[in-house]
Amino acid sequence: MSETKTIKVPTMAEMAANGEQPEILFWVGCAGAFDDRYKKVTRAFTMILDHVGIKYAVLGTEESCTGDPAKRAGNEFLFQMQAIQNIEVLNAYQVKKIVTACPHCFNTLKNEYPDLGGHYEVIHHATFLQQLLDEGKIRIKEDNAYHKMPMTYHDSCYLGRGNGIFEAPRAVVGALHAEAREMKRCRTKGMCCGAGGAQMFKEEEAGTTRVNFERIEQALETGADVVATACPFCMTMLTDGLKEKEQEDKVEVADLAELIASATGLQP
Amino acid sequence: MTTAQIIFTAFTLAAFGFFAYTAMKIWGLFKLTKPLERMDKIGQRISTTILVAFGQQKMFKRPVAGLLHALVWWGFLVITVGTVEMIIDGIAGSERILGFLGPVYGVITASGELFAGIIILACIIFLVRRYMVKPKRFIAPEMKPSSKMDATLILFMILVLMASLLGLNMGYVLSQGAVGSYPLSHMLIDSAGLSGGDWHTFEAVNWWIHICLVLVFLNILPYSKHFHVIMAVPNVFFARLEPKAKLDNMASVTKEVKLMMDPETAFAPPAEGEAPPERFGIKTTDDITWKHLLDAYTCTECGRCTAVCPANNTGKKLSPRKLFIDLRAAATKGERVEGGKPLSAPDRITEEELWACTTCMACMEECPVNIDHVPLIIDMRRSFVMEDSKAPNELTMMFNNIENNGAPWQFSASDRMKWAEDLEVRMINRS
Repeated sequence: MSETKTIKVPTMAEMAANGEQPEILFWVGCAGAFDDRYKKVTRAFTMILDHVGIKYAVLGTEESCTGDPAKRAGNEFLFQMQAIQNIEVLNAYQVKKIVTACPHCFNTLKNEYPDLGGHYEVIHHATFLQQLLDEGKIRIKEDNAYHKMPMTYHDSCYLGRGNGIFEAPRAVVGALHAEAREMKRCRTKGMCCGAGGAQMFKEEEAGTTRVNFERIEQALETGADVVATACPFCMTMLTDGLKEKEQEDKVEVADLAELIASATGLQP
Repeated sequence: MTTAQIIFTAFTLAAFGFFAYTAMKIWGLFKLTKPLERMDKIGQRISTTILVAFGQQKMFKRPVAGLLHALVWWGFLVITVGTVEMIIDGIAGSERILGFLGPVYGVITASGELFAGIIILACIIFLVRRYMVKPKRFIAPEMKPSSKMDATLILFMILVLMASLLGLNMGYVLSQGAVGSYPLSHMLIDSAGLSGGDWHTFEAVNWWIHICLVLVFLNILPYSKHFHVIMAVPNVFFARLEPKAKLDNMASVTKEVKLMMDPETAFAPPAEGEAPPERFGIKTTDDITWKHLLDAYTCTECGRCTAVCPANNTGKKLSPRKLFIDLRAAATKGERVEGGKPLSAPDRITEEELWACTTCMACMEECPVNIDHVPLIIDMRRSFVMEDSKAPNELTMMFNNIENNGAPWQFSASDRMKWAEDLEVRMINRS
C-alpha cells in the first residue's frame, strides 16, 4: 500500500495574500460544507484535484449560499442579495473558472449570475471528471473495486433536463468498467428525486407516496448495487429512500467523485 | 354572379367577420398583458419552429400517438391549399382554379386525398383510444366534461370534413372532371363499382358540406382547446431558448436590492413623483406577460406534462396541465373589470399545488409546444413570498438561515472549512 499524505486545502484569501491566482475555484456549496454525508464527496473531489495537480482554491468562510433555494421558493430579494454579495467576492478575486459538485450551484452560477454581473466559466464536476479521464489525468485500472458491478446513474434534473448534461456522468460511470444499467425513466425522461425547487427544505405535500420512495424503487428495479449520483440533494433523497426500503446494507448511493476516488485508490 | 356565388360570398364574409371579431377580442386580452422581449436569435427561433411546430419533433416522444398526430397536422397543411382554392372558386364561380398549376396541382390533389384517408384512419384510432383504451392522462380531476366534449366534437368534425372531401373528389371524377389527380377517389369508385349518371349534384353537396364545415371549424377553434392548431406555431417561435433551468432575473428587484445595499440610499425616502414599485410576481391575470397568455391559449390539455410530473405521479394535487387550463379560464373572463380575483384561489390554482412543484422541468421537456410551466409556478410563488409574506414555515426558516448564516441550514459560516480538516489522501503515481 502506498503512503498517505494530508492535504492542506488552499483558500482564495491565502492565495491572494501570496500573490497567486488559482487555475480554478472549487465552489464547495452548502451541502458540500455542512452535510455530513456530502462532506465525504467534497473530500473525495479534493483528493482528485490534489492528485491531478491542478492549481485550485476554495472560498472557505467567504463562500455563501448561491441563493438557489430562495429564488426557487419565490424569494427573489434574498436570492439577489446573496448573488450580488457572492459576485462581489468572486470578482474581487478575479475568478475566471469555477467547478462545483452541486448542480443547483452550477446552474445558478452559470445561468443566473451573468444577469447580475457575474461572468465565469462554470463547470460541473461530472464534466470536469470526464475531461480528466479523457485527458488521461485520471487512470482507472480495469480490475478496480467496481469492475463489472451493476451500477445505475440517476439523472439530476438541474444537470440533465435543466442544462443538457446527460453523457458526462455516464462517461464517468463507464470509466469504472462497471456494468451500467439504465432505469426506465432516464436522461430527458429521468424522474426527479423530489428535492428540487426548495423541496429539500420542506415536507412534501400530501400524496400517496413520496417522490424519493418512488424513484429509489425504479433504481432498485435495475438490480444495481450502486446508485451513482452527481447532486447533494439527490444523494440525500435517494439514501433516505434506501433506508425506507431497508436496502441500505445491500445498495450504496455514491457520488461520481467518490467512485473515482475509490476506483483510483486515492481514498485511503 | 349566380345565386350560389352570392350565398357563398355572404357566408364566407360572415364566417371571416366572426373570426375577426373573436381575434380582436383575444387581441384585446393580449394588449392588457405585460411586455416581454422575445425577438432575439431569430435564426434559432425559425429552426425551432420548423422542427418543433411544423416537424412535430417533440410529439414523437410518444411514437404512435406522435406519428398519427403528425400525419393529421401535415395533412391539414396540404389540404388547406385546397381549401383556399375552394373559397376562391366559391366566390369567383370558377372550377378548380389552381388547375393551371398542371402537374403540381396533381401532386396537391393526390397528396390531399391520401392525407384525407390517413386522417380518417387516425381520427377513428383517436376515438377508439379516447373511449375504449382510455389513456390514464385523459382522466384527471381537471379534465371536465366540457373538455371531453370538445375533443369528441372536433374529431367528428374532422371525420366529416375528410369524408366530404373524398366525396366531392369522387363526384368530380365520376362527372368526368379532368383537372388534378385523385388516386384514392379512383380506388374507392372502382371498389364500389360506381359509374355514369349525374354525379354533379353529389359533388356539389359534398363541396358545400366541406367548405361550410371548414368555416364553422375555423370559428370554433378559438373557443376550444383546439386553438393550438393556430397558436402552437407562434408559441414555439417565441418560446424561451435558454437552458430550461435558468429563471429570469427580476430587474425590478435588482433595482430595490441595489438601493438597499447602498448606504447612501438605503434609508432615504422614495423620490417625489417616482412611480410606485410594480407588483412582484403573478397575483392576478393583470400580472401575466403576453407569453403566459399565449402558453394558455396553446395548451391542448394533452396531459403529457402531468403524466411525467413527479408530484402528480406520487398523488400530489399538482398537475402542470391544470395551471394553464385555469390561467386561460381566468384570462378569458376579462377579469380586470371585476377587480382581479387572484389566480391562486381554492377553486383555481391552489397554494398546495404551487408548493408541491420540485421544478424538475419534466413538464417542459415533454410539452410538444414548448409551454413554460415552471417559470409560471415560480412567478406565483414570488407573489406569495414577496407580496403576501406567505410561505410554508420550513421555507421561512430556510430564508432566515440564508440571511443569517449564508446557508439554508442552521450552521455557522465560520464552520465552512471543517470538511477540510485531517484530509488524508493516498499518494499514487500520477503517470
